[in-house]
Amino acid sequence: MNDATKTRDPIIKFDKVVKRFGDHVVLDELDFEVQRGEKVTIIGPSGSGKSTVLRILMTLEEINDGVVYVGGQPLWHQWRGDRLIPASEQHLRQMRSQLGMVFQQFNLFPHMTVLRNLTEAPVQVLGVKKAEARQRGLELLEMVGLADQADKYPHQLSGGQQQRVGIARALAMRPKVMLFDEPTSALDPELVGEVLNVIRTLADEHDLTMLLVTHEMHFARQVSDRICFFDQGRIKEQGKPEDIFTAPKEERTKAFLKAVLDPDD
Amino acid sequence: MFFGIEWDTSSQWAFAVSIFPILLHGLVVTLQATVVGFFIALILGLVLAALKSAPTRFIRWPAKLITEFIRDTPLLIQLFFLFYVLPEFGLTLPAFLTGALALGVQYSAYTSEVYRAGLEAVAKGQREAARALNLASSRTFTHIILPQAIPRIIPALGNYLVSIMKDVPVLSVVTVLEMLGVAKIIGDRTGGYLIPLSMVGGLYLVMTIIASFGVRYLDTHLPKRGLSLK
Repeated sequence: MNDATKTRDPIIKFDKVVKRFGDHVVLDELDFEVQRGEKVTIIGPSGSGKSTVLRILMTLEEINDGVVYVGGQPLWHQWRGDRLIPASEQHLRQMRSQLGMVFQQFNLFPHMTVLRNLTEAPVQVLGVKKAEARQRGLELLEMVGLADQADKYPHQLSGGQQQRVGIARALAMRPKVMLFDEPTSALDPELVGEVLNVIRTLADEHDLTMLLVTHEMHFARQVSDRICFFDQGRIKEQGKPEDIFTAPKEERTKAFLKAVLDPDD
Repeated sequence: MFFGIEWDTSSQWAFAVSIFPILLHGLVVTLQATVVGFFIALILGLVLAALKSAPTRFIRWPAKLITEFIRDTPLLIQLFFLFYVLPEFGLTLPAFLTGALALGVQYSAYTSEVYRAGLEAVAKGQREAARALNLASSRTFTHIILPQAIPRIIPALGNYLVSIMKDVPVLSVVTVLEMLGVAKIIGDRTGGYLIPLSMVGGLYLVMTIIASFGVRYLDTHLPKRGLSLK
């Protein structure tokens, strides 16, 4: 990491975070930081804990040890005096409002129209007026190129369109950090591009922090400020995309990149 | 004579025609017991389902035990308990209410499983998305989970409505004058069982067919909008 980023407060910080599923250690005392506005892509073999990092941040997965900070505040804990105690639901709700997540399986609400998917949470959670939420919803649909699909139901859309709705839905809550959990892995190959284009547009927004887990290496190289290679619950290697993709230092990184970039060899 | 209606034993046809209105009296009671029993099963089942998914096992386990107990004991025993044992403790309910309650309790064990299965069939990702969007858990339940579970729950509940209807004759043993009980009394008094019992069987067939059509109609006409139903 360069000196400029070191001096700022990271918006996301993992401090020796341990996550276990039974006996399996998914995150092994993970230290990890993301700066405000930074676009970070996590790559690595399956089971290396990539998605778990996002799911912990979205409070879908609890941690077993260590502390996660979002915006300087502990996520899964809260301060009592100078001691950290497990977070209350109220604290989690407050912390969660800073984050938005895009799921591999889209997870749109199938019984609601596209527009309703986008207005439900802003109206119910943020207390935005219905007309205002619709207005903003339509703007977001415009941004993802789906303004004409507002009154359709998710199953009437293609996978790529559904995922674009998923992105718009997360953005409707005005998060500071966007988490993308393999957003194109469930898509037919010809639909991947339209979703990546939307994410690329978002990446140009300087305020938005983005954390992306993907297998689309060329895309990761284009949009990321930093690439983190995860292996066995730790960051094995990280750096600028050019460095990681052209001159990886670790053998493990080299082997992984070779396998995913030239799968025919 | 029964319910103030005389029967005509001059011919078998005349007999059948004359007892038809009497049987209809019994039919009304059968339907009433079905509806009241079903209503109790719906409410009690919901309570049981909620208890079985409670966060603490001290609530969950007793609820599961009760469900198992209800399901694994015959309806008749439960009925006798309510009808003969409760009065020993000073609680005497009218026969009809006792019967409807027994049906409701018995079927609450089944409806609670229907609710539970329906709720669990909603994809896990739906709860996760709702959580990621910070929706309150009550809102998530009523507006995200329930609307997706109901189209799965309703048809299954409809099937139990038919089952309850077919179990109502059991209530005749505690003096509830439902259709079969009425037919038996007609037989006792006239010496002819064939015609009243056949007529009850026929009426049951008609009711069951109508109810089955109703359930199927519900199944195909409930709004499902993109829900994948297995």
